[in-house]
Amino acid sequence: MKYKIGLFFFFIAVAVSAKQIVVCESCSVKTIKEAIKMAQAGDEIFIKKGIYFENDILINKPISLIGEKGTLIDGRNKGGMLFLETNNIKIKGLKIINVGLSYTIEYAAIKVIKGNDFIIEECILENVFFGILVEKSKRGIIRNNKISSNRKNEASSGNGIHIWSGEDIKVYNNEMFGLRDGIYFEFVKNSLVHNNVSHNNIRYGLHFMFSNNNVYHHNEFRNNGAGVAVMFSKFTTMHHNKFRLNWGSASYGLLLKEIYDAEIYDNLFEQNTIGINAEGSTRINYKNNTFLRNGWAVKISGACYTNIFTKNDFMNNSLDLAYNSNINDNKFDNNYWSEYTGYDLDKNGIGDVPYRPVKLFSYIVNKTPEALILLRSLFVDIINFSEKVSPVFTPDDLLDNKPLMKRAITNIDTQRND
Amino acid sequence: MLKILKYSFYDLMRSRWSYVYFLFYLILGFVLLFLNNDVDKAVITLMNIIIVLTPLIGTIFGVMYYYNSKEFTELLLAQPINRSKIFMGQYLGISISLTLSLVLGLGIPFVLYGLFKSTAIFNFSLLLVVGAFLNFIFVALSYNIALSTENKIKGFGYAILMWLFLAVIYDGIFLTFLVVFNSYPLDKFSLAATMFNPIDLSRILILLKLDISALLGYTGAVFRKFFGTNLGMMISMGVLMLWVMLPVLRMNLKLRKKDF
Repeated sequence: MKYKIGLFFFFIAVAVSAKQIVVCESCSVKTIKEAIKMAQAGDEIFIKKGIYFENDILINKPISLIGEKGTLIDGRNKGGMLFLETNNIKIKGLKIINVGLSYTIEYAAIKVIKGNDFIIEECILENVFFGILVEKSKRGIIRNNKISSNRKNEASSGNGIHIWSGEDIKVYNNEMFGLRDGIYFEFVKNSLVHNNVSHNNIRYGLHFMFSNNNVYHHNEFRNNGAGVAVMFSKFTTMHHNKFRLNWGSASYGLLLKEIYDAEIYDNLFEQNTIGINAEGSTRINYKNNTFLRNGWAVKISGACYTNIFTKNDFMNNSLDLAYNSNINDNKFDNNYWSEYTGYDLDKNGIGDVPYRPVKLFSYIVNKTPEALILLRSLFVDIINFSEKVSPVFTPDDLLDNKPLMKRAITNIDTQRND
Repeated sequence: MLKILKYSFYDLMRSRWSYVYFLFYLILGFVLLFLNNDVDKAVITLMNIIIVLTPLIGTIFGVMYYYNSKEFTELLLAQPINRSKIFMGQYLGISISLTLSLVLGLGIPFVLYGLFKSTAIFNFSLLLVVGAFLNFIFVALSYNIALSTENKIKGFGYAILMWLFLAVIYDGIFLTFLVVFNSYPLDKFSLAATMFNPIDLSRILILLKLDISALLGYTGAVFRKFFGTNLGMMISMGVLMLWVMLPVLRMNLKLRKKDF
């Protein structure tokens, strides 16, 4: 009993000792750096509204940095801003603008180096080089932030949320635009990315490199230079994301390159030049995805084995599938194809005639890209038809034996709004 | 000339086929919009139909009208009227009545379904302009064939062959060329090749205005650079105009020497 009371008092003591330091223009503490110098572990620094011109703010104690509404830290385009170099730091409600540009140093608005259990929330980062840059850290949370920039080319721009070597990091409810990559993961494990919106970025909305066992869901990626890229990663799960309006001569909704054992389900691919571009991707399950009005819905470029497509909707795409090899180890089953012309005599909802998703024309276009200008010509319709009747050029085992007569996903609007 | 134009025009307007043609487009427009309810998408579907069907109908109408009204034309030729005026009147009469069927037939359903409120209005008007051009081009071409061929059956045969060549066979040869000479830079060639076929030219003109343009990749970039600019648009419209003018010119030259 005595021991318990002792513990209780101990906690009170700790709670009381965690004091608040207020920073404002008329306060005794006028700069953030000064406040950090005074602070003890567990303290809270409250920054009142006003404009602070400070750079290279180093935080090496486990404290909270909280900004009032209207707090603005201006970096005047000179170098980095906040450096978080220890565990248990919390950053909340700051607005940081004008981070410096460098071609050799990765200047960031908030940089976390070897800091575990950090929380960065409700911050607005504008005109940044890198937004939030995390190195060698675990168990962090990045949420409700808005990161933007207005850079023009890849070389002079940085990433919104850049994580290099991390574990168990959660990134959610953020908005990123005008950056190089919205979110960039390299050597990140067991992390979660959800409910983010990444749009109008110069390169990718989301970019995974060498990152295994991650999940991303309910994100929206639109109008990015080239959509989302997942490369050299294993066990990635992607679901309920929207990949939209990635138009351009080398653009796609989702690029898969050298990835293994991924699950891709309930996503929407709408009006991309290429919905999914898969290269060297193996053991991937595609289920319940909607491909709507893309140029190519899916383009498989070689060394892709055991990809299984089931219950997907292929709706009004110019070309459903492009395939560049004659060997097929991928399976298409139970999908809905809007161009399917077969019939269903026994009324079980499954077409009685198999569907061939690769047309002769898409085969020719793969060999001779210039031929694409004959798209929608009557001649092309005729050769497609004759190839459909007796396949010569396209792999003859590449077919959907059980095409659905009605769409697998009945209501696209619910999928869009959830 | 105006009198003959008026006569041919009224004659065609009274004929059953003009009504059938008009009704066909009217029903097509309504059905498309009823099934789709999206003006943008309907424009894409319509393009497929217009670039194949308009030339075919133009060709058949042209040949048919020439052979059917041959006796009346001979009667007119006995009068003191300039030859070219008689035939130009007939030619314009057919082309205008066909174009009217197209524009009204498709225009009415689209206007009723709220075209003016839609963003597709520009694409739709481009479609109609291209359709009208195709009418004028193919009626002129078929009139040329009919003038040069006395035999009715042969004339019909040649006209259909001409349509088949431009609508299907030309693309086949084009595609073979592209595949065979795969390792050479082909963008300039394909740009030129489309100019020599009014159907291809109209197809690409419409395709590039629609969303699919980005699909075209590198070749598309060359094409878009050309057709996307006002200059490219002007040039392609000019080429279409040339496609109308050259057959009409040949028609007049042929007329001068022809022995009826």
